[in-house]
Amino acid sequence: MTERITKSMAKNIYYGGGLFALLIFIGLSFDSVRQIPERSIETKMTESVVAGKHLWEKNNCVGCHTIIGEGAYFAPEMMNVFQRRGGGDESAFKAYMRGWMAAQPLDIPHRRKMPQFNLSDGEVDSLSDFLIWTSKVNANNWPPTIEG
Amino acid sequence: MRYSSQAVAKPYFIFALILLAGEILFGLLMGIQYIYGDFLFPLIPFNVLRMVHTNLLIVLLLFGFMGATYYLIPEETESELWSPKLAIITFWIFAAAGVATILGYLFVPYAKLTEITFNNILPTMGREFLEQPLPTKLGIVLVVVLYIFNVLMTVIKGRKTVITTVLLTGLLGLAVFFLFAFYLPTNLVVDKFFWWFTVHLWVEATWMLILGAILAFVLIKVTGVDREHIDKWLYLIVALTLLSGILGTGHHFYYMGAPEYWLWIGSIFSAAEPLPLFFMILFAFTMARERKIQHDNKIALTWAKGTAVMAFLGAGVWGFMHTLAPVNMFTHGTQLTAAHGHLSFYGAYIMIVFTMVSYAMPILRGRPHGNGPKSQALELKSFWMMNIGMVGLTLALTLAGIVQIFDQRVGTELIGFMESQESISGIYTIRALFGFLVFAGLFTYFASFFVKEKAQ
Repeated sequence: MTERITKSMAKNIYYGGGLFALLIFIGLSFDSVRQIPERSIETKMTESVVAGKHLWEKNNCVGCHTIIGEGAYFAPEMMNVFQRRGGGDESAFKAYMRGWMAAQPLDIPHRRKMPQFNLSDGEVDSLSDFLIWTSKVNANNWPPTIEG
Repeated sequence: MRYSSQAVAKPYFIFALILLAGEILFGLLMGIQYIYGDFLFPLIPFNVLRMVHTNLLIVLLLFGFMGATYYLIPEETESELWSPKLAIITFWIFAAAGVATILGYLFVPYAKLTEITFNNILPTMGREFLEQPLPTKLGIVLVVVLYIFNVLMTVIKGRKTVITTVLLTGLLGLAVFFLFAFYLPTNLVVDKFFWWFTVHLWVEATWMLILGAILAFVLIKVTGVDREHIDKWLYLIVALTLLSGILGTGHHFYYMGAPEYWLWIGSIFSAAEPLPLFFMILFAFTMARERKIQHDNKIALTWAKGTAVMAFLGAGVWGFMHTLAPVNMFTHGTQLTAAHGHLSFYGAYIMIVFTMVSYAMPILRGRPHGNGPKSQALELKSFWMMNIGMVGLTLALTLAGIVQIFDQRVGTELIGFMESQESISGIYTIRALFGFLVFAGLFTYFASFFVKEKAQ
């Protein structure tokens, strides 16, 4: 089939097609950025949520965990940990998180280890707020089950 | 070596290979930590091993691409490199920045690292693959800009070919899309959305152009096939790559907060992504069959054909497995992604670096006909060891992903992540063993450079 395609045709598909795809992609990206605030309930993105995201990054949490399916697959998914460990109850989840973070690393031989990050109670609460906010993002019904 | 300035490629190749040894070593350590969770803890936690592993990969590929470019650009443009001195200066800047960054990861806690590298002024850190401190990211920009400038100036004063054009568009894309690494929005979903602009558009669009250009160059050299013929193939492959790959970015936007239409757009366009990779196989094998010369460097052609096949398997087949939205609902965020990541990065990018090194390095060392037969025989052994190792570990990770999906996501009797991971422990052991085979293969490859041939 390649006999029927000339070099100049192939060249035109490269530039024309590439540019065309890029323009559609840019257009759709603008639309996505317009829609994301509503889909992620940006109005509920409090200062504490933003601080929690910053802590998430500062401690490279994504180096082990996944969040909304992206990350390192070595430790559990964090998008629905609020439902899984807090049962959807904010104060129960925050209490759980304080206890959990303080208990690290767990002294169980051969178990994967989470380091001790020495976060203050306020910082752990921010992290919880960030994860609670994340759990409400409209990710097209992902994750499929509570186990992540 | 036709142009003396091609010699600047040599340190780039050597350093890329050294970094590759480091990358695999840290991969092995992670592989062991997957089996014995407390291995090396608290000395090097998993997230640090992983940063070193993935960042070494990115940096070594950039070194490989730069070396390949500096080697092929003088021959393509039929003129000396605009400034070989600049190429050597950027080599040292990049090598120093790379080593400093890795040492920073290993010896400074990450939170502390963010504090001492001005992350509070312009936050960019703490995202997968883009963990580099701000000074490193700025260093990458500096090095890449100077590198592209050097190539561009050489192309302007010399002959322009399809290979130089495709290569330059690829390099331009590489530079432009890296700029998104400096944008870290406070909304996690917007953050993820633009993060893919760097990550996906690098590996599934612009880097593919660089790969295509390097592959075409080596094929011209070792087969002697008419350039006109090869040009048409190259244009066709990169055209299909952009047509499928750019909108194919949508396959990352299914389940992370972006709108629903990406389910369709991502599925349709990314389903076409294996097509250019399949064409690459046809390309490599057709050129090999129609070759006009019998180049003594047979192993370079073997690597070139291998690159096409393994890129198709890793990026094409393993990508397609989980690229359709209904499938991705279950595979998103599992070991299946890791399986695809390993074979595609190896099959496409590591192998194109091997292809170029195997073709160019003997010439740079004063052996225009390639290494001797004994050396090539050993290199062929390393080729199979690494390929079998990579396919083996990919199959193990695929199986791990499937078990994980059935444990956590399908049916009613579900078990949690940690429990599921324990049930996969045996598979992780197999994965690690194949990893050791890859490592042994790499050292066999190194050994092939030092084989003493009898004087002919």
